[in-house]
Amino acid sequence: MTMPAPTRASTPTSEGYNFAYLDEQTKRMIRRAILKAVAIPGYQVPFAGREMPLPYGWGTGGIQVTAAVIGPKDVLKVIDQGADDTTNAVSIRRFFARTAGVATTEATREATLIQTRHRIPELPLNERQILVYQVPIPEPLRWMEPRETETRKMHALEEYGVMHVKLYEDIARFGRIATSYNYPVRVDGRYLMSPSPTPKFDNPKMDRMAALQLFGAGREKRIYAVPPYTEVKSLDFDDHPFEVQSWDQPCALCGATDSYLDEVITDDRGGRMFVCSDTDHCRRRRDAQEEAAQ
Amino acid sequence: MYVAVKGGEKAIDNAHRLMGQTRRGDPAVAPLTLQQIEQQMPLAVARVMTEGSLYDPELAALAIKQAAGDLIEAIFLLRAYRTTLPRLAETQPLETTRMTVSRRISATFKDLPGGQVLGPTFDYSHRLLDFALAAEGPDTPPPAAPEGSPPEVADQPMPRVLSLLADEGLIQREPPGDPEARVGDITRQPVDYPAERDVRLQSLARADEGWLLGLAYSSQRGYGNSHPFAGEIRQGTVAVEIVPDELGFAIEIGDITLSECEMINQFNGSKTEPPQFTRGYGLAFGLAERKVMAMALVDRSLRAEELGEDIAAPAQDQEFVLAHADNVEASGFVQHLKLPHYVDFQGELATIRALRREQAEAAAGKDETP
Amino acid sequence: MTAAAHLLPGFADPVTDSQAVFRATLEALSRPGTVLEVPAALAPPAPLSPAAGAVLLTLADLDTPLWLAPGSGSEAVIEWLAFHCGCPRVADPGHAALAVAARPGGTLALDIFTPGSPTRPEGSTTLLLEVDDLAGGPPLTLAGPGIDGTARLAPAGLPEGFAESWRANRALFPQGIDVILTAGRHLAGLPRTTTLKEG
Repeated sequence: MTMPAPTRASTPTSEGYNFAYLDEQTKRMIRRAILKAVAIPGYQVPFAGREMPLPYGWGTGGIQVTAAVIGPKDVLKVIDQGADDTTNAVSIRRFFARTAGVATTEATREATLIQTRHRIPELPLNERQILVYQVPIPEPLRWMEPRETETRKMHALEEYGVMHVKLYEDIARFGRIATSYNYPVRVDGRYLMSPSPTPKFDNPKMDRMAALQLFGAGREKRIYAVPPYTEVKSLDFDDHPFEVQSWDQPCALCGATDSYLDEVITDDRGGRMFVCSDTDHCRRRRDAQEEAAQ
Repeated sequence: MYVAVKGGEKAIDNAHRLMGQTRRGDPAVAPLTLQQIEQQMPLAVARVMTEGSLYDPELAALAIKQAAGDLIEAIFLLRAYRTTLPRLAETQPLETTRMTVSRRISATFKDLPGGQVLGPTFDYSHRLLDFALAAEGPDTPPPAAPEGSPPEVADQPMPRVLSLLADEGLIQREPPGDPEARVGDITRQPVDYPAERDVRLQSLARADEGWLLGLAYSSQRGYGNSHPFAGEIRQGTVAVEIVPDELGFAIEIGDITLSECEMINQFNGSKTEPPQFTRGYGLAFGLAERKVMAMALVDRSLRAEELGEDIAAPAQDQEFVLAHADNVEASGFVQHLKLPHYVDFQGELATIRALRREQAEAAAGKDETP
Repeated sequence: MTAAAHLLPGFADPVTDSQAVFRATLEALSRPGTVLEVPAALAPPAPLSPAAGAVLLTLADLDTPLWLAPGSGSEAVIEWLAFHCGCPRVADPGHAALAVAARPGGTLALDIFTPGSPTRPEGSTTLLLEVDDLAGGPPLTLAGPGIDGTARLAPAGLPEGFAESWRANRALFPQGIDVILTAGRHLAGLPRTTTLKEG
């Protein structure tokens, strides 16, 4: 009945909480779930998600995964919508700086651990990096079948016809697949997986990525993973191959033509401009241009 | 030249400061003490403790103060604190039959052993604003009991109404349960559907009162076949006991206030069971009568499968009921829509524009204004 | 003398050490074929290797029933795990979340462990398989998720017929057990997705 005394961090952290906030028992439970997720690519492992001091929907799944993985030698980058300075990214980065005392960065290439909401950085990730996604609804079949008892069986039987039907109905109605984000993928030819609400523009980056990709859904209590160099294929049809978004104009700040752009409304007369959603990518390009000009 | 919005950290600090000011209100007015909240808003404290899953009136009062009276926010604060606490022991099952009762009513029998004890209730108050309360000052004497009033806690044994029916074999017997089996705990194990009754009851105890109230109401209005009677509602204090390893016998560690409801529902019988009554159960911390009644109705609705009834109504569908019952989860997910979604929205914009362009091109000769 | 007095210590710093060992284990299972050194000082009781001991301290607790193959646990190992992890021991490998088999010699059937179920493939056993060395043995060619093309691993002292047994395990996917090979202070991962070819 008596439990072992809680272990405390040797590293000083704020307010008497353990290193990276979670207690060691919780970290072990999450770590075991992560290892199983890596061994079954794309499969959603249930885990006993804890109540975090941030609201559900603000990235509690990603935060728990990061907290279970992060160590004192890590350099953490947190982005939301591709940007390091969006309020929620700032808030999560602060949470780990406070509770884990780790170094943080805005530079993609310097980070060992990147927690993200809705984007994959434009700079290709490398083998020393881990990308942690915040996931709201981990089940790609949820909008077709709301019941967990049913979707669990569909995954077990590899019964994914309903997803193809849904995409094909788009083609019949609109002449193209209308899904623009959270675009479903097959992992290593087996599990159907939600990439989280990233734009489909980012789907090709997931395929055979050198970095390990971990996904945490806190409210739904699921963890899943894509190991490095694993095939991630966006669903499509022979006569309607998968394609990504493109823009008619380059980034108004750095001139990039190959990055995902945010639309910014500049006045109330239809004025708008397009800028890189990945703020680090945009800044790096502008810095390089300045250097070249001098 | 456009410059991206910066200064997230500063904005967050400012937001916290402004919220602090909003919470505090006019600094000329004395701040609320936790004692005032605990003593004078006991029903709010009870709800926060129940849905926050932590029996601690003082911390619940602190949470209510910090949340500026937003009870769901207070429940969240208490939950986030609770999750960091080590588990030192598991209590013995609470014995509510031995409750020190302050209120006990049955709607099924006019009189019964132990009697009807009305106790503290709003039930028969006329809902007229009491302007005397507005004028209450520190010197106003508290309401006193007139001469010859019955004792505030019942002094005779009170057998449970449902056991009286069970003695006659008229109500469904609960399966005995395996004393060795561990009781489920949704805070340590994710819910696996279909969930057993222990897990369902724990989910319902933590569930949002408004959600349960609406579902219970729907079950009374024909969405599900419930025909309920309030068999017994009791409120009072119950001893909490643990068995320390080193002692090997139970010791009392304190008393808690509880509300409990046992509903009686009609049941026509099945192939294996004769016609009999069935039960629904509700339990909550503190004075929380509406919550426990609604919980008991929903508990009974969720027993449809076990009793061989059709699952046709929302209140009978456990994935629907349980997966959406937690207000901390629901509040988070509904409100997360205010976080930036520029990126996915941009994807949708591009798609809609492309679809419209294609449609316009297809409709030759027709102009399409954007 | 009390039990605790002759008990060997666990991690010097449980929080930091278990994080570092977890990262090594994660790396091993994410990149099969990679041999990693355990990044924490540890001297578990014989016959447990420092690597296997470190992984157990990192992953085992009250929620992970543990099976020790005959010959892989001593009284001292059992006491040490009971004290530091508190994991319950099971006699049936089919009920184990974690299992340890130390230099089993002869054969070790992988189908004695649970492969999970079709709807719960994560319910499978994770086996710590202690071998003599993670290099210098007969070479194996590895392929599958986590591997860029193919990888090589040459563990010495694998049970007889392991490649055959592993093929059967691989064929169960998404069910199947996951293996962590340990030798001295080193470990390597064989998740159920990895295919092995001798040579």
